[in-house]
Amino acid sequence: MSMVERPATSSFWNDTGKTGIAAWIFSTDHKRIGLLYFYSVLGFFLVGVLLGLLLRIELMAPGRTIMGPQTYNALFTVHGVVMIFLFIIPGFPGAFGNLLMPIQIGARDVAFPRLNLLSWWLYMIGAATILTALFTGGGPPDTGWTFYVPFSARTGTNVSLAVLGVFIVGFSSILTGVNFVTTIHRLRAEGMTWGRLPLFVWSLYATAWVQILATPILGITLVLIIAERLLGTGLFDPGRGGDPLMYQHLFWIYSHPAVYIMILPAMGVVTEIIPVFSRKPIFGYKMIAFSSLAIAAAGSLVWGHHMYTSGMSDNAVLVFSFLTFIVAIPSAIKVFNWVSTLYKGSISLEAPMLFALSFILLFSIGGLAGLILGAAATDIHVHDTHFVVGHFHYVIFGGSGFAFLGAMHYWLPKFYGRRYAEKPAVVGWAMMFVGFNILYFSMMVLGMKGMPRRYYDYLPEFAPLNLASTIGSWILAAGLVLLLVNLFRGLFRGEPFGNNPWGGATLEWAIPTPPSTENFEQDPVVTHGPYDFKRAGMP
Amino acid sequence: MSRPPHRDYAGAKLGMWLFLFTELILFGGLFLLYAVYLARYPHEFAAAGREMHLAFGVANTVILITSSLLAAMAVTAVQRDDRRTTLALLGGTILCAAIFLVDKYLEWGAEIGRGIYPDSPRLAAGPPGESVFFSLYYLTTGLHGLHVLIGGALLAVVAARVKRGAIHPGDYVWLENGALYWHLVDLIWIFIFPLYYLVL
Ligand code: HEM
Repeated sequence: MSMVERPATSSFWNDTGKTGIAAWIFSTDHKRIGLLYFYSVLGFFLVGVLLGLLLRIELMAPGRTIMGPQTYNALFTVHGVVMIFLFIIPGFPGAFGNLLMPIQIGARDVAFPRLNLLSWWLYMIGAATILTALFTGGGPPDTGWTFYVPFSARTGTNVSLAVLGVFIVGFSSILTGVNFVTTIHRLRAEGMTWGRLPLFVWSLYATAWVQILATPILGITLVLIIAERLLGTGLFDPGRGGDPLMYQHLFWIYSHPAVYIMILPAMGVVTEIIPVFSRKPIFGYKMIAFSSLAIAAAGSLVWGHHMYTSGMSDNAVLVFSFLTFIVAIPSAIKVFNWVSTLYKGSISLEAPMLFALSFILLFSIGGLAGLILGAAATDIHVHDTHFVVGHFHYVIFGGSGFAFLGAMHYWLPKFYGRRYAEKPAVVGWAMMFVGFNILYFSMMVLGMKGMPRRYYDYLPEFAPLNLASTIGSWILAAGLVLLLVNLFRGLFRGEPFGNNPWGGATLEWAIPTPPSTENFEQDPVVTHGPYDFKRAGMP
Repeated sequence: MSRPPHRDYAGAKLGMWLFLFTELILFGGLFLLYAVYLARYPHEFAAAGREMHLAFGVANTVILITSSLLAAMAVTAVQRDDRRTTLALLGGTILCAAIFLVDKYLEWGAEIGRGIYPDSPRLAAGPPGESVFFSLYYLTTGLHGLHVLIGGALLAVVAARVKRGAIHPGDYVWLENGALYWHLVDLIWIFIFPLYYLVL
């Protein structure tokens, strides 16, 4: 990266006087750590996409197409683990949180810069452990990303090492959460009151609390799996008095809040992009900030909706179902606020905005499908079918994934000082959007018809829609390639990008492009809100 | 254009407190399992609880509370700029940690000698609730023992910094955070002790 010629002015790319790889992997500058995270998670995202495409090729036609059942089981497990634990959970806080949060609150860095670097290292060590698990011992785990007992306690594949890797990644996530909460409490610039925090920062704040409060439960659950396998503790083994349901409870006490680690910052990104490209202050600032916290809080109480068919008591099912519907309220508050912001705005449909708008649509489809799953009566029919697979891809890929791509187009030029070409970006986005809907809408219909998830084979009557779905995955992949090639070509060779071409009013747009190591010449004094375009000097 | 490095004690302590919460929640998972299984197997838990060696537990409780006192006194000593006493008190804390682990080793050894350990033939032959109790016992005290080890190592690092003069009355947040961590280790034991040795 440092080989490429940067703009001559001094910036965080060149004003440290250090060069070479060590200037990156041992740097405590939040922007460099942000880019380290960014390239790492992007790499894992691409690996995950390749695995997803292979899964789809296998499902292109009934029967064995390119792989047998064991390979298929391993591939969907690794696809899920990589996408969840190595891409989307660390993705937003690690990459864009690091790049932007300190600047947006007017700070020079996070509260604990060295801890921040440690988080990245732990993330990489955890990732390396997971990768090692794929090629050693009994081979890649085949349990699904949820590691359900009793299978995960018995299978001969290399579950223990993979689980250890996830544990280390979780530790990294906890440290990031601790760092961010402290930073947001302690390092806001003068005048940066809680009511003037950009909503992306608010969403990271809520996310950081979830990281702190939920991840330790995942940690202990993973430790218990390892103990189950290595020591034979039998805590989840009915033969020895244990209860497998307890595993599911513990797992989802973390993993359901974790889906809010994935989606909240994505909502934050969308909330930044929409007002800027509608030339209008955000509608309902307070409600959006509040709904982030409400989602984080209510989202911690709904884990049981993954277990309607597991044999919980009917009372528990009803309570969890009711609570699940409550989470829909703050989510809907956000959607209504975004739409009200658009109303009578002067909308410019550039690439980041297209991603933000498609986020609203895809997230709403995924969220409404979520209500079908949240209602116990309907869930019984579609539980563990491709309907679920379609639903969560709509939310985490159509939602978070698209927001991640939007954030790349919105913010990366700020750090590189060059931008991508607009037309290929729009074409790439359109291909992804079309491909995405063919891919996953077909899956939802298949699930409604009864096709179960996690099988390499299916009944012949499911064939046409599966073929359509696979073709959709190719369109999506082609769009993604176009998008990424165009983006990175632009970042390194494209047109220069000024200090504030989008016309944003948050602090990152008030400093030079690319920012300097210290971010601000003098500690800034904030005098207006994050979406007060008039007072930020915009027409 | 480099400005003086920023120091923020309140921030450093806030970070530590947040981290301590995550540790509590980590153990919380095990306490949760204890609660659920106690409700399911009250009689087996009571029978298994009678097999525990109260003396080892009491000894370890006394050791840990003493060590917490020493750690707290070390913080006061550093504020008074008394490096020698600080080092001695920290040394005492670390010594307590070591004695705790030896005691734990002896206790585990005694249990294992009687055929009580996860997956043992004796437990497999007994009622399932007892096997659950002892698995939880080994996991909880094992994880706690690991924390004693980590806490001791952390305090050793702190002591080295005191010796080098990097921790002094003007800047002792490291020592304070180390002591906070140690109190947490103590606190968790204060819950483990009654749950496994007393109430059953
Ligand atoms: C080109 C993109 C993608 C394709 C073609 C794809 C395809 C698939 C397929 C076919 C399955 C397995 C269905 C089955 O149960 O048999 C699956 C599972 C899954 N996918 Fe994706 N996916 C893609 C992107 C993503 C992204 C971006 C994420 C998350 C950020 C994701 C997360 C998951 C998870 C968590 C599972 C569940 C794994 C399990 O059952 O344990 N996928 N995907």
